[in-house]
Amino acid sequence: MTTKKKTTTPVKNTTSVDKQKKLYLLHQMMRIRQMEEEAYELYTQEKIRGFLHLYDGEEAVAVGVIENLKEEDSIIATYREHGHALVRGVSMKSIMAEMYGKAEGCSGGRGGSMHLYDKKTNFLGGSAIVANGLPMAVGVAFAYKRLKEEKVACCFFGEGAVDEGEFHESLNLASLWELPVLFVCENNLYSMGMPFQLAEAETDLVEKADGYKIEGTTVDGMDVMAVLEAAGNAVNYIREQKKPYFLECQTYRYRAHSMFDPERYRSKQEVEEWKKRDPIKTFADKLKQEELLTEEEFKKLSENVAEEVEASVQFAEEGTKEPVENLTRYVYSDQ
Amino acid sequence: MNKVAKLTMTYREAIREAIRDAMQKDERVFLMGEDVGRYGGCFNVSEGMLEEFGEERIIDTPLSESGFTGCGIGAALGGMRPIVEIMTVNFSLLAADQIINTAAILLYMSGGQFNVPVVIRMATGGGKQLAAQHSRSLEGWYAHIPGLKILTPATIEDARSMLWHALEDPDPVLIFENSTLYNYKGTLPENGAAFDIRTAKVRREGRDVSILTYGIGLHKSLEASEKLAEEGIEAEVVDLRVLRPLDNETIFSSVVKTGRAVIVDEGWKSGGISAEISTRVTEELFYELDCPVERICGEEVPAPYAKHLEQASLPNAQSIVKTVKKMGGIYG
Amino acid sequence: MGKFVMPSLGSEMIDAKLVQWFIQPGDKVNKGDIIGEIDTEKGLIDIEIFEEGIVTELIAKEGETIPVGSIMAIINGADEKTKVEVIETKQQEPNGEKELPKKNGKLKHPHKEDNKESTVKVKASPLARRVAEDLGVDLTKVGGSGPAGTIHRKDVEAFAELKKADETFEKELEMADHLSAADKKSMRHSIAAAMSRSNQEIPHYYLEIDIDMKRALDWLQETNNKRPVNERLMPAMLLIKTVANALAEVPELNGFWTDEAMHIEEGIHIGFAISLRQGGLVIPAILNADRKSLDEIRSEFVDMVTRAREGHLRSREVSSATITLTSLGERGAQKVYGVIYPPQVALIGFGKIMERPHAVEGMIGIRPVLSTVLAGDHRATDGHTGSRFLEKINEQLQHPEAL
Repeated sequence: MTTKKKTTTPVKNTTSVDKQKKLYLLHQMMRIRQMEEEAYELYTQEKIRGFLHLYDGEEAVAVGVIENLKEEDSIIATYREHGHALVRGVSMKSIMAEMYGKAEGCSGGRGGSMHLYDKKTNFLGGSAIVANGLPMAVGVAFAYKRLKEEKVACCFFGEGAVDEGEFHESLNLASLWELPVLFVCENNLYSMGMPFQLAEAETDLVEKADGYKIEGTTVDGMDVMAVLEAAGNAVNYIREQKKPYFLECQTYRYRAHSMFDPERYRSKQEVEEWKKRDPIKTFADKLKQEELLTEEEFKKLSENVAEEVEASVQFAEEGTKEPVENLTRYVYSDQ
Repeated sequence: MNKVAKLTMTYREAIREAIRDAMQKDERVFLMGEDVGRYGGCFNVSEGMLEEFGEERIIDTPLSESGFTGCGIGAALGGMRPIVEIMTVNFSLLAADQIINTAAILLYMSGGQFNVPVVIRMATGGGKQLAAQHSRSLEGWYAHIPGLKILTPATIEDARSMLWHALEDPDPVLIFENSTLYNYKGTLPENGAAFDIRTAKVRREGRDVSILTYGIGLHKSLEASEKLAEEGIEAEVVDLRVLRPLDNETIFSSVVKTGRAVIVDEGWKSGGISAEISTRVTEELFYELDCPVERICGEEVPAPYAKHLEQASLPNAQSIVKTVKKMGGIYG
Repeated sequence: MGKFVMPSLGSEMIDAKLVQWFIQPGDKVNKGDIIGEIDTEKGLIDIEIFEEGIVTELIAKEGETIPVGSIMAIINGADEKTKVEVIETKQQEPNGEKELPKKNGKLKHPHKEDNKESTVKVKASPLARRVAEDLGVDLTKVGGSGPAGTIHRKDVEAFAELKKADETFEKELEMADHLSAADKKSMRHSIAAAMSRSNQEIPHYYLEIDIDMKRALDWLQETNNKRPVNERLMPAMLLIKTVANALAEVPELNGFWTDEAMHIEEGIHIGFAISLRQGGLVIPAILNADRKSLDEIRSEFVDMVTRAREGHLRSREVSSATITLTSLGERGAQKVYGVIYPPQVALIGFGKIMERPHAVEGMIGIRPVLSTVLAGDHRATDGHTGSRFLEKINEQLQHPEAL
């Protein structure tokens, strides 16, 4: 019987993390936020098309979890994955270029916003079918185990994926075969417009994981330090116990599911309430409180990020179009 | 393989030998699926392999088609060479998300970064009174999907040789084994196992009509062609072998030679592989055709249970003979 | 100005129904073109025209039954030539550089699709169309063997072959011109009329001989064993060849009784009766059979039988025989006493080959015996000539290897 940790993991140890790292975490969250704000604007200008799912409000999850992964570990994410790709080390330029549909994009213009891929950083996308990435993560972990490679497959998914059969099949297989998978559920309370409470008979997701004898915990996904620690524990558990782990990060997205969404399913007030817990603002305030960051430094940091964003937009603007003659390239390896 | 001279074996044994051979050749190869281990495989294909290769490589899975098929895809991405066995094509629909939404498109969506070298085997076809949920021939339906390669071994040598080629392929390959062929016995030709997985093969030469078929249809067509020969009609029987990508060259050169094309497919006509082949022939060879292309396909019904009904729903040698004989200009 | 009349294609033919015109006013027609299809008691037969010109009027209507000799169409001869030239130029323009085969420098065969004025819709397979283009065959003149008369490749190829054979035949006829007193055209058209008088007017004499077929049949079997199924010889083919050779030696029986005189023909054209499934007979001829090998006779025979049963014999084929052969084959009676087809002067009838006691070199044995009956026109020949002829046949059948 595994021990369940149903309560939010308290942040005990922030001071043990040095200043530089904290500033780094803040910087990463700001990069995501500011890149996506730009993307939003570019979308309205029709520079970016297709679906655009923004991560505003959820940045602490990607940043806190991925910080614990090693380079050789792999990440399997969803269609709301700009942040994950960015903090994983996929360049902002190639992400922006991909959203522009340019040949210099990280998927050569074939994926777009929902399908960012990068082999160098073991970033396996970018899947836009809910729960579709979970079996793949199980398989990647299966290969790691079989090839005796000490690696972790880290799989991000929303709470909507929990409703899908593939979630259950995957948790069962990972547990049954003791595979090194970190299941990260980004519970932002709405699968598109469907409220979490109305979709689940059992809203305690750790309980569900427990049903498959998978160790799990729930963490405040708005608190990057909390996520950092919980994910750190999770990864350590996986590496030591050689078993999967389930981490629920309770979070919230401020913006619509995608771009064209009247948000009838929730109140503006609710959104405002959550914004008060904004992971960037609260973390920056805390750092200022701890005198690790001044207002000037914060502004400077923001300006640096703005410059990076601007450069990425310029890069995307100047990017080239994949020649139409290459349309059928990559359907098969020999094409 | 060098020691093999002429071997008589069943289709089942040929596939088993192919898996065994692959397992011996490459440590990364493993077999995963429902009841492949202790049970010996739903169709007894992997009998004895658990004992030979152990649980690490012959993996019994829970009834989680999407889960273990996706697992095979992930394992392929992680550096393994998985053979995923889905009991029958009917159950593959539970894994369609993984096959179609992931395996088929990952290479393309990632701009060429992630290829998926997974092999997915499954039994297909009807004719055994298993009714509608266990009798489908959906290989042509999968052949609709860019990014997949669709193999349909119909002979002992193909059953024996296709798997290794499939495992060597960098992209996802689906192998459809017609379940009525498992007991089919044949001889493995000397230096057999030499075919590629790109080309169709002419299994019988003829001048009057090209019968384009695959899988169990090949055997029915060969039987029909013997009957036709008695009436002076020489049919050329082309075993398509690969439904995607189709080997246009072999198909076209046969039809150019005979001026007539018949497609035999147990799948349904509407939107099926027979429609695709017919269209290609008509598009490319209109002025080579001496009469309209004919199709002998599965009746468009869910497979019925009762024997006489099911048999009436499937192509057979008689229906092939009958169709060919009424083709314009076939005599003389 | 020429008149095209309902041709007579057989002795019993009184009239025929016009099924379909393949021409329409304004069309240019050439000698040998198939211009329509008629339904006779023997089935559908293509009718061909024997002159060149422009169709000015179609008098017979499709579906109409027209007596033999009645005018069916008016063909304008020379004076419309300039108009033809104009059409020619017109049609060549859109084709540009495309090389279409020319046949005797005649009008390039038009694409049906291009010829908007034509209302004749040809049902032909795409391949037949392409082959027709390659061979310079006008599809409107080809009879189709497929469902609803669809033209297939083999029909086009057979047509092209026939056209070639016709041209050869025309040459042969020209060569034989000085010997033939019968006007070629009237010969063809007078058969039917004469036939009706045959029984009354021709003084028939009959001569019989029993021929031992053992050697011939043995030889056939031996030869056939070495041949693929589709190239095997039948007794009928042997008999055609034998009769032709015998006629070469006894030419008195080969020809026509016209204008109260016997006119020996140089060309030996063996007409042979084919019974049709729907009843009745047609009698196409193998031309110059004496000069043809057994294999040539075999392939022509097979081709004609097939086409006869499909109703696609050409009128010329059924009106050129210089003698008629009737063979009952394996069915039927022991002997056949035939009626001469005027203006021919002889008919040779082969009965069924039967196992019968037969004396060979003084010994009675059971042998396959073929009863052969010659019907001769006593005005042209006598029994002496007839006997010589039968003996020549017998001799040859005892040495089949020489055939």
